Amino acid sequence: MNSAATLAWFARHELRIAWRDWLGMMTSGRRSRRIGVALGLATVAVVMHLLAYAVVGRTADPFASPAPATLIVISASIVLGWALVLSQAIEQATKVFYARGDLDLIMSSPYPLATVMSLRMAAVALTMIALAFVMVLPFVDVLALKGGVRWFATYGVTVAAALSATATALLATVALFRIFGPRRTRLAAQVVSAIVGAGFVIALQVGAILSFGTMSRFAVLMSDHAGDYAPAPDSILWWPARAILGDGVALFALVSVSLVLLGAAMAVCAPLFGDSVMHVAAGSVATRTIAAAKPFRTRSPRQALRRKELMLLQRDPWLLSQTLMQLLYLLPPALMMWRSFGSGAGTALLLMPVIVMAAGQLAGGIAWLSISGEDAPDLIATIPLPPSAVMRAKVEVVLIAIAAVLTPLLVPMAIASPRAALVAASGAAIAAVAATAIQYWFRGQARRSQFRRRHTSSRIATFAEAFSSIGWAAVSTLVLISPLVAGITAGLLLLVLALTYAISPRRA
Amino acid sequence: MMLRATVHLTEPADLALCLRGLTKRFDRPVVDRLDLSIKRGEFYALLGPNGAGKTTTLRMVAGLLKPDGGAISVLGIDALRDPVAAKQLIAWVSDEPMLYDKLTPMEYLEFVGGLWGVEAGTSERSARELLISLGLEAHLNERCEGFSRGMRQKVTLAGALVHDPKLIILDEPLTGLDAVSARHVKGLLRERVARGRTVIMTTHILEVAERMADRIGVIVAGRLIAEGTLDELRQQIGEGDSSLEDLFVALVGGEMVAA
Repeated sequence: MNSAATLAWFARHELRIAWRDWLGMMTSGRRSRRIGVALGLATVAVVMHLLAYAVVGRTADPFASPAPATLIVISASIVLGWALVLSQAIEQATKVFYARGDLDLIMSSPYPLATVMSLRMAAVALTMIALAFVMVLPFVDVLALKGGVRWFATYGVTVAAALSATATALLATVALFRIFGPRRTRLAAQVVSAIVGAGFVIALQVGAILSFGTMSRFAVLMSDHAGDYAPAPDSILWWPARAILGDGVALFALVSVSLVLLGAAMAVCAPLFGDSVMHVAAGSVATRTIAAAKPFRTRSPRQALRRKELMLLQRDPWLLSQTLMQLLYLLPPALMMWRSFGSGAGTALLLMPVIVMAAGQLAGGIAWLSISGEDAPDLIATIPLPPSAVMRAKVEVVLIAIAAVLTPLLVPMAIASPRAALVAASGAAIAAVAATAIQYWFRGQARRSQFRRRHTSSRIATFAEAFSSIGWAAVSTLVLISPLVAGITAGLLLLVLALTYAISPRRA
Repeated sequence: MMLRATVHLTEPADLALCLRGLTKRFDRPVVDRLDLSIKRGEFYALLGPNGAGKTTTLRMVAGLLKPDGGAISVLGIDALRDPVAAKQLIAWVSDEPMLYDKLTPMEYLEFVGGLWGVEAGTSERSARELLISLGLEAHLNERCEGFSRGMRQKVTLAGALVHDPKLIILDEPLTGLDAVSARHVKGLLRERVARGRTVIMTTHILEVAERMADRIGVIVAGRLIAEGTLDELRQQIGEGDSSLEDLFVALVGGEMVAA
């Protein structure tokens, strides 16, 4: 086989593995679920199109003479989407370093590692294009339906955005690896990814709050202030927006530049990635010393369990990045509350649903790590404690962790509005307990490192957890606005939880 | 065919482990009405071909699996009726070392000590001694995430011994250990037996069973087909100076052909 044929053969192999991985993730490895998954995806597509229609269905035709405000909004949307894709691309690129899988086999074969890395980088780019398409497809379809096929140019911009985001992510990942080394790059990448993904939206909100006293991002984008700072109409910075609005030259330039950028990034990164992968392989043998290890002193077996769980949670890179993400999302409403400190419960209302939802989502993740993600199941099963006591200690840890994260937010809220703080604390507690209960009902046995795949083990648990977190956030807000509606909503949520319990494997 | 040497077990109080009619079925009987008696202070090696039911038997004793039938008595305690009391006396080490990557060996051992209610100072002292005796002195405060399989196995073994269990159950404990480490582990286990503790071990390394075990049990298809000291097994087979490997092949080969 010549080198091109070998490359194609290897690309086919990678594609087959990726397809089977995706299929396995969607169907949990059961062939019988394929039809259900196909129907589910079709339903999601229809719902997304309906949502897109509600959002952009009445958009005026901007093609005639795009106003500066339109260009600003389109450009901001592109930057937002680009940041989200970049965030995902950084995570994907980091996985190339750390996913051992078949790398030992490949590294021991005579196949050039740089070529393998190039293929895997190309796979990241393709994944990002697919992700970006999923994000924009419903909106573009609706806009094309209403405004004509000219809107399909958006797909070209989407490809360009995904390619350039991947190129940036590859360079960023190599840079992170050089700065932080093999041991800390994964955590650093997760933190950077969280900040990049949420950063742009939060920056817009913070700008809106500081300038206009509102959390509306559009207030900033549509303001005269933004117009004053906007570049000149013929600036190259408008090219992505102009490409979406049908400027063929801008579109061609954008796609070309992105392709060149990705090619250059791959050429630069391929040997560095190969080098880094070997470092990671060597790093997996290296160890990390705890500088000032404190004795693990406990008074009872249950306390020992709690201490161990809390220690592992503190050292869990996923949890650190997710907590950071949740706190980032809490930043704008917290800032809003700080600006209008003392003005009563009105601003606390903004913070409340975010706190309750964060509590539910974090509790779900922590509960999975604590209840299902047990790395030494045999040890825990053989300790001289009844299983109920073990489980109680694990649940206590979830609640302690949530309280530790949320207390610094609830205390100032209590000073500003005790009633709102009480409702928020109650809502957060209920959301956390509900999420923990769902994880308990659907508990399994897995390694903590399998956390990212937890959603695939039970779709019902995933949906129930998300529904519960959002629902209790709504109930908490409604308690202050309309207690009756809050009561009805809470009743419905309890019904959903009861149904979830009824169909859970533990009940069955 | 059941070849059993004379076992002088008159009082149940002498027994560290007593299994009666122990049964476990998955899609077929994996452990089939198994009777087994192991004395206190005995080093017992449970041998058998792959899939014979050794690990399943030991997992039931350790409380990791519920039997479909039969009885398990651990140092006089009914392990099925009062599993917590039985577990207080047992340590279990599986063939696959399971550790917390983010804990150091010291933290892990002190955690295990805490689970068994060992006083913190004693636990810390004992943990340090065990880890040092297993050659892990330089790694006491390093996280386990970068450890080799052998190092992980040593930490797991130390964890099993830190609370000074009366019945130590080991499933292939020497897998992944180098010769020096294996010798350390064997020394530690012999020392525990000398102090009156009981060790039950499965192994495919017959030389280890031959050298270390006071008695050997051979299990095939979930049933004990032979049991006794090495000399007693030789007498039963009728081959005076055979190695354990020869005896094992003679016993298991015949049973597997019969099955």
